[in-house]
Amino acid sequence: MVDFEKPELRETPVVPSIKPGVMSHLASHVAKPKIQEPLGYPGELVDNWEQAAVDKLGELKGKYRSLQVFLDSCVFCGACTDKCHYFLGSADPKNMPVARQELLRSVYRRYYTLPGKWFPKLVGARDMNREVLDEWYSYFYQCSECRRCAVFCPLGIDTAEIAMAAREIMDSVGRGQKYSNEVIGKVFKFGNNLGLAVRAVADTLASLEEDVEEETGVKVRFPLDEEGAEVLLMAPSADFFAEPHVDGLIGYGKVFHQAGISWTFSSHAAEGGNFGLFIGSYDNMRRVAVRVREAALDLGVKRIVFGECGHAWRVAYSFLNTLAGPFDFLDPRYPVPQHICEVTYDLMKRGVLKFDKSQNDHMVLTFHDSCNVARASGMGDLADGQFTIPREIIKATCNHFVEMSPSTIRGATFCCGAGGGTLTDELMEIRTRGAVPRMGALQHVTDKHGVTHMVSICAICKSQFSKIMPYFDFDAEMSMGVHQLVSNAIILDKRD
Amino acid sequence: MMVFVTGLFAFLFYAATAILLAGVASKITQYWRTPSPLKIPTTPAPKTRSAVVFRMGRELVFFETLYRSDKWTWFFGWMFHLGLFLVLARHLRYFTEPVWGWVAQLQPLGKYGAFAMVGGLIGLWARRLLVDRVRYISRPSDHLMLALLVGIAGSGLIISYITYTDIVAVKAFFLGLMRIDWGYLQTLPADIVLIAHLMLAIALMAVFPFSKLLHAPGIFFSPTLNQVDDARERRHLAPWASKLDASRKK
Repeated sequence: MVDFEKPELRETPVVPSIKPGVMSHLASHVAKPKIQEPLGYPGELVDNWEQAAVDKLGELKGKYRSLQVFLDSCVFCGACTDKCHYFLGSADPKNMPVARQELLRSVYRRYYTLPGKWFPKLVGARDMNREVLDEWYSYFYQCSECRRCAVFCPLGIDTAEIAMAAREIMDSVGRGQKYSNEVIGKVFKFGNNLGLAVRAVADTLASLEEDVEEETGVKVRFPLDEEGAEVLLMAPSADFFAEPHVDGLIGYGKVFHQAGISWTFSSHAAEGGNFGLFIGSYDNMRRVAVRVREAALDLGVKRIVFGECGHAWRVAYSFLNTLAGPFDFLDPRYPVPQHICEVTYDLMKRGVLKFDKSQNDHMVLTFHDSCNVARASGMGDLADGQFTIPREIIKATCNHFVEMSPSTIRGATFCCGAGGGTLTDELMEIRTRGAVPRMGALQHVTDKHGVTHMVSICAICKSQFSKIMPYFDFDAEMSMGVHQLVSNAIILDKRD
Repeated sequence: MMVFVTGLFAFLFYAATAILLAGVASKITQYWRTPSPLKIPTTPAPKTRSAVVFRMGRELVFFETLYRSDKWTWFFGWMFHLGLFLVLARHLRYFTEPVWGWVAQLQPLGKYGAFAMVGGLIGLWARRLLVDRVRYISRPSDHLMLALLVGIAGSGLIISYITYTDIVAVKAFFLGLMRIDWGYLQTLPADIVLIAHLMLAIALMAVFPFSKLLHAPGIFFSPTLNQVDDARERRHLAPWASKLDASRKK
């Protein structure tokens, strides 16, 4: 485990005094050429990369209004400075959103504004050089692109947009992050983030069928590549084997079984996640997204449903229609795509699903809103459906549910600490520090209400919590998914 | 002497106005022409166009997000902007003859606007100096901008309450200036505080399109605030992105 002075856990985090440079030593592993090249990026730093980076910035700000407007609009008011979980947990001022943006903005100013060209010192403009690149590489990969700063910025400036642009610039000159780029490469090669072969996925699903039948006496199916199924399910590949993820997958299967909806996974697209988002690459994100379209067409499905994965849902809800639409070949009665929680909620409301809440009586639950679901997507028809729908499902499947502090949930939720391409071992220190605000809120409800489990609907959140919770003296198994609760409580009819 | 100063100021006002208008117009054109390839509204994301207008209105009038974010910054920032609005409205009387009804009615209230401006600015400046996080992010130009605004508001207050000036002559100067004809130009009063006030205002106009003051037009173009949350219902496609569809196999 990482070694740093463990902060006191509070219900709402204490804003620390700044400690410059505390996190400057941390950098994720750099991608090797064989990881870079399949994504269309140079393997190593290109000649004259300084100019190439400046040119790429010019290109991106011409393609993204968000970037151009955000680079100009910041007034340095400081409202964002105490909002980032990584700053709250590390006290490094370069983890304050405005200071993180300034890493890129200072270069923008130097090359694209008159004051920056004429009076660089006065306005804080910097030349693009090695030192700046290293700083970018360190701190732009200490951002989980969770958008908490964005919902608190009076001008709507989203640091995620800036971090994505910086990552795309670095990739384009040959400095990529091993973790994210390797995952994207695996999607292109194997169809999923983990590099699982089709055989392995098929075997896993077959053994799940056996396990569930053994446990419940009901033959719940977990189909792969079944043409003509009604639903194509896009789950994060962690759901196939990681704990506690797989219990959620069993929940999806039981929901479809009980509702009598035929469904299938696709081996061509056995992955709901899309790390193209993290590196700000429209091209790679699009390439990953188009697989969903291809799979849906190949299998002739009528609906596309996404499993519990935060960033996958952002790409699905907000971008899929843009990247891979139009989906006019699907059943127009359903939104494209749907979240598994929307499906379950709808079935629940229509009385198709019945639950035995007492099956979850051994737990007291709280809900962690995942950043990409909370701040970058929606669910259902209501404006706050992404908050109410998962909670309604939780309340329908258990008897003991409590909320964490209002300033740490819903739109103001704290990131788990490992989103946006930071779920990698070498970033463990910042992941652990970044989890401090969430762990503090959790500590409070465990002390006050005896909470035993924290539910989320994101594969990254679940993985991160299982990993870092022991550091905060919580049991790793406290982390679970909504459909794990559903799986426990659902009443299955004994039929095939 | 004042004839020379008047001529110089006439020239500077024309130049500053040209820089302000051309600069802001070119930035607005740039923002307008740059596409937003993806839907990125932030929570709570409005589902209809009218809900977006309502959201933007609340931001512009009340600084709603800043209120949620930081009460002190909101208090000082909102006070400053409200004061600025009142002062600018009050100054319209120097450019209109006869003075519009609502501008005339606003005059008594507008007098307090400058106090609100200075109070707000001092509060914001104090945050910049006293809060370690905000001190860390402040550049020399951030302090200079505050100094410039305090200078404008302060010199205006001095003219209003202490030294006074011949405002009839000032108004004659601006009305003459607006006819864009040297023959109509009226001499400015020989008043050092007034000259300083005008000089600083000219500087503010000239730096506007090159500074963080661009947040004023920028907020309207912020995709996180101005987009409708309807990505699933309507396919949103930027021109450069739509070309990629052609390369698709399916």
